[in-house]
Amino acid sequence: MTHDELVVKIINENLPGVVEEARDFRGERTIVVPKARLKDVCRLLRDDPALRYDFLSDVVADDYLPDYPRFAVSYHLLSMPNKHRLRVRVWVEDPDDGPETLAELWPIATWLEMEVYDLMGVRFAGNGSLRRLFLPEDWQGHPLRKDYPLGYEEVQFSFNWREIDAKKPYAKVVVQVRVQVQEEVFPGPGT
Amino acid sequence: MGLVRTPARDNIQELTVEELRAKVGTGMEILDAEEHMLLSMGPQHPSTHGVLRLLVELDGETVVNLAPDIGFLHTGIEKNMESKRYLQALVMTDRMDYLSPMTNNMAYIMAIEKLLGIDITPRAQTIRIILAELSRISSHLVWLGTHALDLAAMSVFLYCFREREYLLDIYEMVAGQRMMVSYYRPGGLWRDVPDEFVPAVRHFLDFFPAKIADYEALLDRNPIFLARTKDVGVISGEQAVAWGLSGPSMRGSGVDWDNRRDMPYGGYEQYDFAVPVEQEGDVYARYRCRMREFRESLSIVRQALDRLKPGPVNIDNHKIVPPPRAELGRSMEAVIHHFKLWTEGFCAPAGYVYHVIESPRGEIGCYLRGDGGNKPARVHFRGPSYVNLASLPLMAKNRFVADLVSVIGSIDIVLGEIDR
Amino acid sequence: MGIEQKLGNLGVVTYRLEDVVNWGRTNAMWPLLFGLACCAIEMMSSQAANYDASRFGMELNRPSPRQSDLMIVAGRVSRKMAPVIRRLYDQMPYPKWVIAMGDCASCGGVFNNYAIVQGVDEIVPVDVYVAGCPPRPEALINGIMTLHESIRGEKLDKWN
Repeated sequence: MTHDELVVKIINENLPGVVEEARDFRGERTIVVPKARLKDVCRLLRDDPALRYDFLSDVVADDYLPDYPRFAVSYHLLSMPNKHRLRVRVWVEDPDDGPETLAELWPIATWLEMEVYDLMGVRFAGNGSLRRLFLPEDWQGHPLRKDYPLGYEEVQFSFNWREIDAKKPYAKVVVQVRVQVQEEVFPGPGT
Repeated sequence: MGLVRTPARDNIQELTVEELRAKVGTGMEILDAEEHMLLSMGPQHPSTHGVLRLLVELDGETVVNLAPDIGFLHTGIEKNMESKRYLQALVMTDRMDYLSPMTNNMAYIMAIEKLLGIDITPRAQTIRIILAELSRISSHLVWLGTHALDLAAMSVFLYCFREREYLLDIYEMVAGQRMMVSYYRPGGLWRDVPDEFVPAVRHFLDFFPAKIADYEALLDRNPIFLARTKDVGVISGEQAVAWGLSGPSMRGSGVDWDNRRDMPYGGYEQYDFAVPVEQEGDVYARYRCRMREFRESLSIVRQALDRLKPGPVNIDNHKIVPPPRAELGRSMEAVIHHFKLWTEGFCAPAGYVYHVIESPRGEIGCYLRGDGGNKPARVHFRGPSYVNLASLPLMAKNRFVADLVSVIGSIDIVLGEIDR
Repeated sequence: MGIEQKLGNLGVVTYRLEDVVNWGRTNAMWPLLFGLACCAIEMMSSQAANYDASRFGMELNRPSPRQSDLMIVAGRVSRKMAPVIRRLYDQMPYPKWVIAMGDCASCGGVFNNYAIVQGVDEIVPVDVYVAGCPPRPEALINGIMTLHESIRGEKLDKWN
């Protein structure tokens, strides 16, 4: 029995019916579980003596915009004793009602979920420190969503140089204050 | 765009502590607002290695609480890569962890290759490993130089950059650029290495061990360096695993894990090397780990040079790799392939992969989702610096501010990779 | 010329004030110790042994904006960083100069997206742009030389 099969077998024994889908792609095993049972599955994966997925490598959110459910959150786990990687995936219909935080199991999850929240807007239940991390605190929207524009600016070429240059908000040299003071002390010949 | 803030402000007021606390939004709990001092360290600070900002709560000179505030270098790389074709997006990865662009390229390119399901030639594998290990050395050199500079050892900085220039010359020889190489390509390499490459690397292998001895002579028993690194920033092995530390920062705490050895990729299984592990978990242990990694990397490069055999560096599949220039003049098929590849690129199947390699800073992972088109639908990088930074409060609490500087240096962060 | 002949060999040299002041300004120009991204590493290289920026009196990077004359914006400027850069610029005393080092600081470079300011000249007035991604240390030194040249040509009424 390969390790991939063992994972599914142990989960099925302990939490029957929780694995919605187990798929292999390019030698990577993905287990899709319901959002509500994510924490139980992860706890089992971490604590089971045969599995011991003790290292949470990454949390990634995906946006499948035209489809429903729209968001998917993948947890990449690493079992150092077994030298094996596993992906646990949950589907999220409503980004405001995201999966439960895994901070109890792996403290680093707080930090990884924060990044997902900032860039993709998936809110993790129970994570108290979700906030703007990379973007300024008054930023609107979550840039990695598919309906968020890239926000590029038109590139200047020689044919449209002047047109764009006229619109560019260049910073000005601020020396007026100093000039004013000098004029007050030494009024020019014209005054 | 309505989202753009107007940055040019002439009158920027000084902030009071209350306003600062409201504005930073780091979510940090202030333990004692009356007695303690709140200090904003960075983003312009010489020892934060870039634009990291730390909100530090101080009791006298002791750090009682600490919260990193990042994002001052947020570049939107992941979003920008989604709008580019697979090959075009490669240039973004160089600029992420700019101290070791080769390993970034490797993570991304190997993820693409995994998604496409292709294997590369042995010569390309060997050259990739040589350059990745040289990249590790050059990255550690910058780390050593700046870390020592933070701890008031100026000459180490000058020596390290002197040796790094030699490595950058090798990069320039193979890729034409000193830092942003983009040398690894899907299916192989940009082109074969020039004839001068092997002698140049051999020369480096000859003179560099003596230089490592020089650095160690300057630092290993230096009383100032020891006083500022021994028993500073201690983190235990269990904590390191729970907090996702990786790379030398984790191996300094006694966790014996290296992706190159334990989950080999790209041909590392053929090489014989040791993984340096130190037990103490303090700044000095992490320093020792990296210093020993210098020698292991040199040994890998030496083995790789010995097994470097002539042969093709690119696979034959011209749907992915452009045909050689010489063929364009006589083969219509090559012209079509060339045209298709540079105008449309190649399409990758729908599906998602996650590829992890060992970068100088730890485990860098690339999550790549294709949707059948010629552009990635989602690219995500697990930046090791980003995850390593999370345990900074753990290491620096209840230490002096001066120790904070040494701890930041020891986890070897690169802000470009943290903020992406 | 006249005064030297009258006083004899007393060690007095006369020169134009403009030239003396501009000479003084160019030869000990202290840059702000401030790196943003990749270009900062090349900036460090240009100050290290091989390129040795101290030949031009600028090995001394000042971490405080109050003590520095030259701001080298080395790297991409994000929307979050922009107010900080402006604030640092405002804190620098006159006379002050800005070099936009690299493509990202000059025009946004490869990052034409929501997060990056398309050219630091939207925030601070820039004197010299250095192209390259990242520019080689020689290119940065050439940019500094260009700045020195333009300063040497400055006239009294343009001083600030």
